[in-house]
Amino acid sequence: MSLLMTFVVAIKALRRNTMRTALTALGMIIGVAAVIVMMALGSGARTTIEAQIRTIGSNVIMVNAGAGGFGPVRGGQGATTTLTVEDAETIRREIPGIRYISPGVVTRTQVVAGTGNWNTVVQGTSEALPAIRSWPMQFGSFFTEDDVRRSARVAVIGSVVRDQLFGSGTDPIGQVIRIHNQPFRVIGVLSTKGQAMFGQDQDDTVYVPYTTAMKRLLGRDYLRDITISTENGVKTTEMTQAIAALLRERHAIPPGSEDDFMIRTQEEIASILTSTTTTMTYLLASIAAVSLLVGGIGIMNIMLVSVTERTREIGLRLSVGARDVDVLLQFLMEAVVLSLAGGAIGVGVGFGASYGLSRLMSWSSLVTVDAVLLSFGCAAAVGIFFGFYPARKAAALDPIEALRYE
Amino acid sequence: MAASSAGDPLVLVDGLTKTYTLGEVAVRALRGISLTVTTGEFVALTGPSGSGKSTFMHLLGCLDRPTSGTYRLGGRDVARLSKRELARIRNQEIGFVFQGFNLLPRTTALENVELPLLYRGGLSGARRRAMARDALEAVGLADRLDHHPSQLSGGQQQRVAIARALVTGPTLLLADEPTGNLDSRTSIEVMDIFQRLNVERGLTIVLVTHERDIAEYAARVVSFLDGRVRSDRPVGRRRTAAVELENLTVRHDEALHDVETDLEVRRA
Repeated sequence: MSLLMTFVVAIKALRRNTMRTALTALGMIIGVAAVIVMMALGSGARTTIEAQIRTIGSNVIMVNAGAGGFGPVRGGQGATTTLTVEDAETIRREIPGIRYISPGVVTRTQVVAGTGNWNTVVQGTSEALPAIRSWPMQFGSFFTEDDVRRSARVAVIGSVVRDQLFGSGTDPIGQVIRIHNQPFRVIGVLSTKGQAMFGQDQDDTVYVPYTTAMKRLLGRDYLRDITISTENGVKTTEMTQAIAALLRERHAIPPGSEDDFMIRTQEEIASILTSTTTTMTYLLASIAAVSLLVGGIGIMNIMLVSVTERTREIGLRLSVGARDVDVLLQFLMEAVVLSLAGGAIGVGVGFGASYGLSRLMSWSSLVTVDAVLLSFGCAAAVGIFFGFYPARKAAALDPIEALRYE
Repeated sequence: MAASSAGDPLVLVDGLTKTYTLGEVAVRALRGISLTVTTGEFVALTGPSGSGKSTFMHLLGCLDRPTSGTYRLGGRDVARLSKRELARIRNQEIGFVFQGFNLLPRTTALENVELPLLYRGGLSGARRRAMARDALEAVGLADRLDHHPSQLSGGQQQRVAIARALVTGPTLLLADEPTGNLDSRTSIEVMDIFQRLNVERGLTIVLVTHERDIAEYAARVVSFLDGRVRSDRPVGRRRTAAVELENLTVRHDEALHDVETDLEVRRA
């Protein structure tokens, strides 16, 4: 019998018992839909994280002061005092392919404005920060190179700081805030960027020129970090190596000793985070796949019942000239049609459920072609795998006994 | 298959035995059967249950293989044929009619008759339906094509089953207790169909029955006992179903006439 005929016969057989067919397919529908939804949520989470990573800025290399590595007492990260403004300037001068560079220091302190005050992060940085992070202003402007050179007492504040000190949505340009009891003029408010990774809120930060921060707030001559953004097409790994070599030379670190700094690229951070979400996605999807397995067992169960019920039919088919392979294919086809029909409906249900979830719970979800193909493929595989045993049982029946079966 | 004409041996069985093993007990269902059926014959196999007549019929129908002995169908030694070739023979050269009809439920008469044609390649859907319709017409069911088995009487169901056996144009029709589930009048109708197929188409028919009066519609009765042929002789006074049906109808009409007259007399 041709495959097309087998298909037609399978459809007819399945339609003879609509309720049972529908319930059996339901197992597959739930399984496939669950896989689709889980993968959609995973993809959505990954997209969100990738978007967050982009807020660091693209093509970004970060040089952090390392852990103090000398003597019995070791400081934490940023404890070394060897990373200097001169390091930043030398990197800028000697390493080709750098677009922007921004030395950085950071402190946490109380910021006062009139009667209000707010404990926040004060970050010293250069005029290049908005360019590195592609961060537009809401009001005013960022400080200039001139402000940095003059160690001007100017501040650009994040939207959370503005909301806390001046009231939500106000324009505080020209107002004065006091940091460590020194007046700073607010010259700009950055647009809201949202939570960065690792829970740090980029909007809950005051940005001042790094020179001002070092001299007037911290009274120190070393940096916590240097943020570098590269020209397009520059290989970050090569640049990382060049920066490391330069800094080791400048810091006179003998070969074999540990670096007193740490270089990370945006890509490294991105790949760690994406691989985490990918792992989560596959974990969730494999939990969902368990329901696919249960659906498959449902199919096998029904097919076994069906083979028993239709023993006489099988005997008859054999007696009118069906070969055992015809019988095998017929029952296998029924199982596969069941699972694929369930799979197709499941894809639809999965689409609907992911859309509904992202609307209701405002989770981001993304149904990918991969997810659809994977779950559909799984459905087909489940149909063939769980359909094979009942089909083989049917094909192995003795025609005489099958015809006599009551 | 070689065209066989009346008088040629169609079925040639020699020293056929069949032994089943049920657990540790060997059941010798057939203990050496030798038999020849020529093309165009109408043979009835009778015998008490357990005499081996059904086992013999399964061997004739290529549903089973003998333990020893030879079976030649249309000149070919069946023992040498592959499973695939046996399936082809069942499909194209043999038609089966069963006691329990064995129709597919919730499937129309036409589709039931089409079934064997599905296992024969190279036929279009239209051609299959035309062949099935012809077969149903031949058994007088042209007006029941779209009925499901549950909507048909026992006799009609058995006629659908006969149409299914005929649709492939077999040379040998095997009927296993075809009247076992039917009342006497319907039994005669079915035997009428068999007799007409035998005479008009020259179809070779082997009929298994334990009812002596049904066996008398055949031309020859082979009687089985304990796995052996006990007797093999032509039927002396062969019954003709068509004539009996006519008489039945006449008697029925007469009875009806009597009742009507009776009623009229009472009214008067």
